[in-house]
Amino acid sequence: MSAAQESRVPQDGPGPSPAGAFLQVKDLRVHFPTDDGVVKSVDGLSFSVDRGRTLGIVGESGSGKSVTSLSIMGLHAQGTAEISGQVVLNGDNLVGASAEHIRKLRGKNMAMIFQDPLSAMHPYYTVGHQIVEAYRVHNKVSKQVARNHAITMLDRVGIPQAKSRIDDYPHQFSGGMRQRAMIAMALSCDPELLIADEPTTALDVTVQAQILDLIRDLQQEFNSAVIIITHDLGVVAELADDILVMYAGRSVEYASADEIFTAPRHPYTWGLLGSMPRLDRERTERLKPIQGAPPSLINVPNGCPFHPRCTYADLTAGASQTQLPELLEISPRHFLACHLSEQDRQRVWESEIKPSL
Amino acid sequence: MLTYIVRRLIGAVILLFVVSAVVFSIFFLVPRIGGATPDDLASRYVGKSAGAAQIHQTAVLLGFTDPIYVQYGRFAKGIVVGENYNYGPAVEHCPAPCLGYSYITQSPVLPDLLDRLPVTLSLAAGAAFLWLVGGVATGVISALRRGSFLDRSAMSVALAGVSLPIFFTGLLSLSIFSYGLGWTAPGGASPMDATSPLNWAYRMILPWITLAFLYAAAYARLTRAGMLETMNEDYIRTARAKGLRERDVVIKHGLRAALTPILTIFGLDLGLLLGGAILTETTFSLPGLGQYAVQAITNNDLPKVLGVTLLAAVFIIFANLVVDLLYAVVDPRVRTQ
Repeated sequence: MSAAQESRVPQDGPGPSPAGAFLQVKDLRVHFPTDDGVVKSVDGLSFSVDRGRTLGIVGESGSGKSVTSLSIMGLHAQGTAEISGQVVLNGDNLVGASAEHIRKLRGKNMAMIFQDPLSAMHPYYTVGHQIVEAYRVHNKVSKQVARNHAITMLDRVGIPQAKSRIDDYPHQFSGGMRQRAMIAMALSCDPELLIADEPTTALDVTVQAQILDLIRDLQQEFNSAVIIITHDLGVVAELADDILVMYAGRSVEYASADEIFTAPRHPYTWGLLGSMPRLDRERTERLKPIQGAPPSLINVPNGCPFHPRCTYADLTAGASQTQLPELLEISPRHFLACHLSEQDRQRVWESEIKPSL
Repeated sequence: MLTYIVRRLIGAVILLFVVSAVVFSIFFLVPRIGGATPDDLASRYVGKSAGAAQIHQTAVLLGFTDPIYVQYGRFAKGIVVGENYNYGPAVEHCPAPCLGYSYITQSPVLPDLLDRLPVTLSLAAGAAFLWLVGGVATGVISALRRGSFLDRSAMSVALAGVSLPIFFTGLLSLSIFSYGLGWTAPGGASPMDATSPLNWAYRMILPWITLAFLYAAAYARLTRAGMLETMNEDYIRTARAKGLRERDVVIKHGLRAALTPILTIFGLDLGLLLGGAILTETTFSLPGLGQYAVQAITNNDLPKVLGVTLLAAVFIIFANLVVDLLYAVVDPRVRTQ
């Protein structure tokens, strides 16, 4: 048992990022009490991100990705969510901190880019006004100085003629430009942590790559810690250093991006990889969807939450149906929550999954 | 933008003529269709003891014997260029815009209306200020404290406000605050008076509050619904993510968006009210346009009815136009189209 204890995600975790990382999330639980029962959106999640690094959080809709990011930002409405665990930003635990304290960190130390830039920007204010507002909350400068800063930011994110476009309204921008403006707004106070929640989902495919490139460039320039939340492994393949695969509010696999793509071990990760279109391989007949639907977060299945959809659940002699798998370090910096034996995992991956991708 | 305004103004003029024609037909054409002779109509405007000859003379004098289109033409001409009327010993010229003469008092209608307008104006302006501020503030607080005791009591009061008629709340407040406690004037108005605003407020405060209560209730519910909707929008989350103070999030981002539909309703309500707040003016004996309209209808004084209806129509149409133009100011998405 001692070996297992050692290899559990330790509280000060050498997760895929080294200890003392800029952002450390430890055993985060976000529960929403409702009339139908408690929705366990996030249930014991741990990860860490350092400055200059990018973490990709991947999972289906309803796996708790966005809830995680909103809890880090302290954006859940007061009284609706029960949050426990730790969110340590630069040594400062945000869970249980005063709302005013977190408000002062928001925008300045941690910023967020949202999914749909059209609905995420106020339709009645100019793009410039909204960036200036973001800058002046945390910087006591004149409107003129803030405006010049906003023009610089718009220019930096690649908006042509930023000087005149700054007075446009969001609806006068194209989708890609709006997302660039959102990024400019998020980065206006030079935050150390940037959370991008499905930053490319609402965008044209041709624009998606540009936005991802932009995020990567800016990260290098600003040396920020970045969390990219997405359901699309293709997005994180481009950007992420580490990948956390979430299912039903838990982490099922957590490893470096290389590991996830070359030696994935969780059947759910296999499913995600199988449902990802690839242009660099010969085309197989069809994409393979993961059978079934994500579970209700009120009645999470007993045992491994993924077992009703898992093709290999029968190989575990009933453990999948009864026992919740722990997240264990199966090889250095590769964490996995699965009951399959290492031999089975290797065999299935090598013989069935890998050839079909 | 300018062509749009001009187009709307032309449309407004046409609409006014349609309104005047409809109102005119209701009072002059419908009785004819119903079988009334010009003498029947004229019999209302002579003494009880008048003989048939005298009645007929009055009918000729008031123009009832002319074909209906001639009568309307005379009315319309009066509005556009002015018209000569001969109701008594001499011909009188009524300059444009002429709304005709009262059948009863033989006095011109327009100066009467203009005399009464300040009373209605001061009633509407004061009440509008109160209900807009009170209703919107209540709605915002209710929305932010949704489901709380405060929210539920405010919404219950609002429901009462919408349901209780003015002649009930008005009389009740009169009996308590005016006759009982003696805090306010028991009725009668003074129009806006720069020299003694206190006296103005003393006379008008009760009508203001009574009228505002009715509207504030509706505005509170409207604002609450709007705020509940906008506070769930993504851009509110963005505003919070920027680190804005909650007060700025609510007012600059939430309320700003929720106010747009309220502005529309406010313009229309105000326009409607300027045409005469009939119940309030009657309850508090305010000599405004509403009371004037009631008296005109009671006396069958058709030119007065026609005049006050047209004036009300002008206010409503104008308010509509202002609201539409304001929309472009408030919502930039409308502007570019």
